Amino acid sequence: MERIVKHPILDQQPECKMVTITVDGKPMEAREGEPILAALLANGVMAQNITRKNHKPGGYFCGIGRCTGCVMTVNGDPNVRTCVTPVEAGMVVETQDGLGKWRL
Amino acid sequence: MREVDILVIGAGPAGLSAALEAAKHDIQVLVVDENEQAGGQLFKQLHKFFGSERHDAGVRGFDIGHKLLKAAEEQGVEILLNTVAYGIFPEGVGLCVNGKEGVIVKARKIIVATGASENPLAFPGWTLPGVVGAGAIQTMVNVHRVPVGRKILMIGSGNVGLIVSYQAMQAGIEVVGIVEAAPKVGGYAVHAAKVCREGVPVYVSHTVLKAIPNEDESGITGAVIVQVDGKFQPIPGTEKFIECDCIGIAVGLSPSIELVAIPGVEMTYLGNMGGYIPLHDRNLMTTMDGVYIAGDVSGTEEASTALEEGRLAGIAAVAALGRISEKEAEREKAAAWESLRQLRSGPFGEGRYNAKEEIIKRMEVRNNA
Repeated sequence: MERIVKHPILDQQPECKMVTITVDGKPMEAREGEPILAALLANGVMAQNITRKNHKPGGYFCGIGRCTGCVMTVNGDPNVRTCVTPVEAGMVVETQDGLGKWRL
Repeated sequence: MREVDILVIGAGPAGLSAALEAAKHDIQVLVVDENEQAGGQLFKQLHKFFGSERHDAGVRGFDIGHKLLKAAEEQGVEILLNTVAYGIFPEGVGLCVNGKEGVIVKARKIIVATGASENPLAFPGWTLPGVVGAGAIQTMVNVHRVPVGRKILMIGSGNVGLIVSYQAMQAGIEVVGIVEAAPKVGGYAVHAAKVCREGVPVYVSHTVLKAIPNEDESGITGAVIVQVDGKFQPIPGTEKFIECDCIGIAVGLSPSIELVAIPGVEMTYLGNMGGYIPLHDRNLMTTMDGVYIAGDVSGTEEASTALEEGRLAGIAAVAALGRISEKEAEREKAAAWESLRQLRSGPFGEGRYNAKEEIIKRMEVRNNA
């Protein structure tokens, strides 16, 4: 796991509870309350979905909830903007294919 | 259904500043913001601001953010977070709180401070993971403290491109180059100097031709850039591969006008202010009675102008409610305009000053028609 710890201007990041989430079936360490996207980046995962038209890996663009480039299926719900959705312990996160599928 | 005197939409510099102005005059004000935290983009801005003392010159963006939030708390400004304003209707403004609860707020005056969003840039490979907005780099690195990659190539040398490049380097990420289509650097010399001193190559009269995917296309291995001629057309034979795992896109922002555009606020186009902008008068009131705008939604500028426009819209709304004397309102508005004039001067500011005057002129033409 890689995080920006030393910084010339910013203080040290406050201590935070670490939790485990599941990403595509594999466990991943994350800071509780950070955006899901931040946890993915800290773990070197760049792609969040498969694009609808060309079926290629796609990823975030804006990082602040505007563009929907980062959507994934979270706890079974598709199209969750991972850049503005806080991590909770035990979350099940999946790479989304196209527009995703709703649970029936 | 809830009633307030003034509803402010957006808790960034413009919105908070407007709310503080209203609260100062003992007016019931409610601020809503869709984010988890107030402060807009201020908390990711590590650089020091310019201007005079009134503009918090020499103070870092995030410290201005803390100052605003503290003032809002002291003045008892109510801020509803995780709250999306989804529409302005004759019955009131529709809010969705925490993704579930619906509330209609009837406000006597509305100040819209929704900001702006980053422009994408289309080229082969632009949808690949790793091709991201410069603002996203700033958010991930400075706020969430996670790397966006190890080597960044920045596209665009305006202030955003320069500042974000430097801030990535402060966080220990290498910047392998800055690409600029114009023949010279777009941003302030002081920001350009910081990256140039560190030896970052700046490719002027260049553009990005394509991003090169890695083996399974889950990221990128680099970009091909190319020199452009006087008409911004690629010059064959000048292509150059640059290794990187992140391409930052810093090619401007567009005002977030959706909320006011849908109920029919009239727009006008000004390319150097970010595109379509709500027409507004010298009180920052739009073509919809009682609906004001402030900050980047009224033309993309910077946080210091947003703070001042917030004050202006706040005073104008308070005055329209008849809660301060005309004389006092005129004096305070004049001070805000004078302050904006200072921020919109010099080789970079003059164009913005002229553009803002042009919007007001177009509004006058429209109102007199």
